[in-house]
Amino acid sequence: MSALHRKLLRDLMRLWPQALAIALVMAAGAATLILGVGTHGSLAETRAAYYERSRFADVFADLTRAPEVFADEIARIPGVGAVETRISKLALLDLPDMVEPASAMIVSLPDVREQRLDLLHMVRGRPPAAGAEREVVVSRPFADANRFDLGSTFTALINGRERTLEIVGIALSAEFIYAMGPGDLMPDDRRFGVVWMSERALAAAWDLTGAFSTVHLALMRDASEAAVIERLDDLLTRYGGLGAHGRKDQTSHAFLDAELKQLEAMSKILPPIFLVVAAFLVNMTLTRLIALEREQIGLLKALGYSDLAVGRHYLEFVAVIAVVGAALGVGAGTWLGMGMAGIYSDFFHFPFLVFRLDPSVWAVAVGVTLAAALGGAAAAVAGVVRLPPAVAMQPPAPARYRHGVAHRFYRALAVRQTMVMVIRHIGHRPLRSLGSVLGIALAVSVLVGSLWVYGSTELMIDVTFHRSDRQHATIGFARSRGASALADVAALPGVMVTEPFRTIPVKIRHGAVVRRVAISGRARDTDLSRLLDADFRPVVLPETGIALSDMLAKILDVRVGDTVEVELLERDRRRVDVVVTAIITAYLGLGAHMDLAAASRLMREGEELSGVHIAYDPARRDELFARIKRTPVAGFVALQPVALQKYRETLEQNLHIMVSIYAMLGMIIAFGVVYNFARISLSEQGREMASLRVLGLSRGEVSGILLSELAILTLAAQPLGWLLGHVIAGAMVRGLENELYRVPLVILPEVHAWASLVIAVSALASGLVVRRRIDRLDLIEVLKTRE
Amino acid sequence: MDAPIFETRALTKIYRTGAVEVQALRGVDFEATRGEFVVLLGPSGSGKSTFLNIIGGLDRATSGVVRFAEHDLTAMEERELTLYRRDHVGFVFQFYNLVPSLTALENVQLVTEIARAPMRAEEALAVVGLADRLDHFPAQLSGGEQQRVAIARAIAKRPEVLLCDEPTGALDSATGVRVLDALVRVNAELGATTLVITHNAAIREIAHRVVHFGDGRILSTHVNAGRKAPSEISW
Repeated sequence: MSALHRKLLRDLMRLWPQALAIALVMAAGAATLILGVGTHGSLAETRAAYYERSRFADVFADLTRAPEVFADEIARIPGVGAVETRISKLALLDLPDMVEPASAMIVSLPDVREQRLDLLHMVRGRPPAAGAEREVVVSRPFADANRFDLGSTFTALINGRERTLEIVGIALSAEFIYAMGPGDLMPDDRRFGVVWMSERALAAAWDLTGAFSTVHLALMRDASEAAVIERLDDLLTRYGGLGAHGRKDQTSHAFLDAELKQLEAMSKILPPIFLVVAAFLVNMTLTRLIALEREQIGLLKALGYSDLAVGRHYLEFVAVIAVVGAALGVGAGTWLGMGMAGIYSDFFHFPFLVFRLDPSVWAVAVGVTLAAALGGAAAAVAGVVRLPPAVAMQPPAPARYRHGVAHRFYRALAVRQTMVMVIRHIGHRPLRSLGSVLGIALAVSVLVGSLWVYGSTELMIDVTFHRSDRQHATIGFARSRGASALADVAALPGVMVTEPFRTIPVKIRHGAVVRRVAISGRARDTDLSRLLDADFRPVVLPETGIALSDMLAKILDVRVGDTVEVELLERDRRRVDVVVTAIITAYLGLGAHMDLAAASRLMREGEELSGVHIAYDPARRDELFARIKRTPVAGFVALQPVALQKYRETLEQNLHIMVSIYAMLGMIIAFGVVYNFARISLSEQGREMASLRVLGLSRGEVSGILLSELAILTLAAQPLGWLLGHVIAGAMVRGLENELYRVPLVILPEVHAWASLVIAVSALASGLVVRRRIDRLDLIEVLKTRE
Repeated sequence: MDAPIFETRALTKIYRTGAVEVQALRGVDFEATRGEFVVLLGPSGSGKSTFLNIIGGLDRATSGVVRFAEHDLTAMEERELTLYRRDHVGFVFQFYNLVPSLTALENVQLVTEIARAPMRAEEALAVVGLADRLDHFPAQLSGGEQQRVAIARAIAKRPEVLLCDEPTGALDSATGVRVLDALVRVNAELGATTLVITHNAAIREIAHRVVHFGDGRILSTHVNAGRKAPSEISW
């Protein structure tokens, strides 16, 4: 080992706390990078493998009824690789020990042939025997949530008839990774499940023998999805096709995709912050180290070491820190990533998890960490390279201070001299002080940028559940019914208020942009389920035209007064131009709303209803539910209070994990910045502080100088940190936003207070660590030597 | 004769670094009276700085007794030693030890702000002849001027003792004389007992008494029959 390398090692050992603080900030950067990219990569890969193994379809279409032989014609559409026909219907369930009605998507399994697409992943048991009316396979999450096992039974209302079903198998399906009941906002595995039955048995129950009601297609490698969908829609028109769609509009895939996109977006926000702070810390620390070693640098050069050799020595010093930081980060990131992927994998019920330890991600993490470190070191090392040996051997010129503008104020206000020292020292190296302020501000911003989600979520809940959709329950009909259905619902026990609605599946188009949505036809002035404007005031629907949710209006790029084309997916597939008459605020989904009468006119039908929102007397809830479960009124029942509870549970669990990680990372930054600043400040002023101790200032008074300096920087960083926090929160809102939901940007005042408090505690902790060094200053040594 | 303001008995100091023991003081008995100007002479390593540090409350004796007026310094806690330095002792060092970010005036005010009955900072600077340099930062002052600011800072609290470790060590003869002149004047005007360490033998002539240190002991003590003024000496 060369002498310079030995010096390098000893320098690192001597400065280990500072080096470690910097390495930790770098580690946080590398870890967040690997965590984000790794988790996303693993889940994306797991999903891809799962899709491939279970032959997940590419195109999906529901229809009223088509003869089985028609599948051959569909198979002849150019680009279609495989066709899977089936029957799938919603059914109400009556589960033992559950007061509320549950519902299930009942899907047929072929009796005589193998499944071609969307294969089941059997976890336990077996498929139902051909034609067995009682035997079913259920989705594992549903079984787990209800503690069902093989042999368990429950009751289902299949096409109006009660049937007792027995579980013979438990399975997972790539098609229902994100299994959400109709009208629900989050998966609720207790109240919604997927039930697979023998095709023959199901066909008999729904009078669909020799026919199918759903078709899934797999496409060939270079087939055009749009062309296939168009052709399929044409073919299915006469069989009551409801419009085919690709994976993009398949509920499970769309939600999973949104989650993965969010993960990807988040993985791009944090790492740059850490790397910027790390670069600054390297710069600050190395500049001081070089200032202290000025004479040694001169000596090395005088001894014949080249400028480059000396410069390289300091770059190696930084590189060692960066490599240690990156290694810690890679380790922590991989570990956290595996944990995180595991959490997601459980949440989505993947049958397996491909955790990808991609060396290229590691290489990127190590590479950017090194780049940030060397970037931070560049200016300081360039100074070393340029320093002529003769100049370096002389002591540096004494620090020159000048009178600032504040000079007169100090005297007028009788500011204590120790405070004057503090202020002048901060002003003496303005760039370093500003850099530290920025570093602490970034720590604050990371916290503001994560803590805000609580307030935002509360607003979302308040708007969605308390101001907008205030119904207790929504009863959905299995198929649309005449106006008399409203009276049937009103007659149910305990029902106090009813609000009918009609759901019309359509494609809505403006220019080249098309989206599949369901228009909800509703009374113009409702009280339970309300539409709100941008200020959350109830909107009375105009008699004509269509009201779009703000997100849909943004995607279609339309304003009030613009015209959109509505293509009906039910019945005659007519295309109608409709004027946008209102924009409403909604955080969940893409919504389109019309007056109920206008909706009927659009459909050219008398008043048909898809369902009814109700408010009920809570005292008669059990009686109401019992009745709903037994009478063929409802195809499904969505319960708002249950949905809200589920929503809270899911969000809170996810938010707590995220916010805790962010808070820890913010504290690491704050500690790293404040600790390094304090150590450097002490190194510069240690001699003065020892002199002050000699003069009779107490330990408290002397360390007060350093702590005041840190306090001023920390304080000054707060407003900037809040501001940057708003920027991060804004970036997160954009990262989280998708067509399924968006998050309002609301930053409550207390978010700032909490962020500042956490960072202040972290700064104080690092200040107190350095204070112990001030207490141990050697008064005699420092007076004996020239600086 | 007055009661001594300082008294040490059998003072020893042993430094331990690892396995090595260095005996810096080997039983020093010393007394100084109020207003006395004492020069401590001796080669490097003779123990005179260690002695000064102990009686200045910067360091602790290994054994023996140090008394300042009625206080026993050897029994004092760290906090009491700080107060002792703050209220009673003025220090002047070879390298001035001024705060670079404070002006001459502000450096003195550092002390006047915490002392019990200080003189005005301007007054202290006038005593050392720097009334016209109040707003200069240390980097804007010459070595001699910086040392005089240090003296002003040391005397502004009206200390009972003024302890100077090589105050002219970094100065040329002419500048050194001005600094010594300031010390003598302060000693005369304030009556502060003044101990000056030097290995510059020329300085002995301005003292009331000269104490020779060697090998951790006082080798000899010499009382000057006639003191010289600083302006009469040179080196």
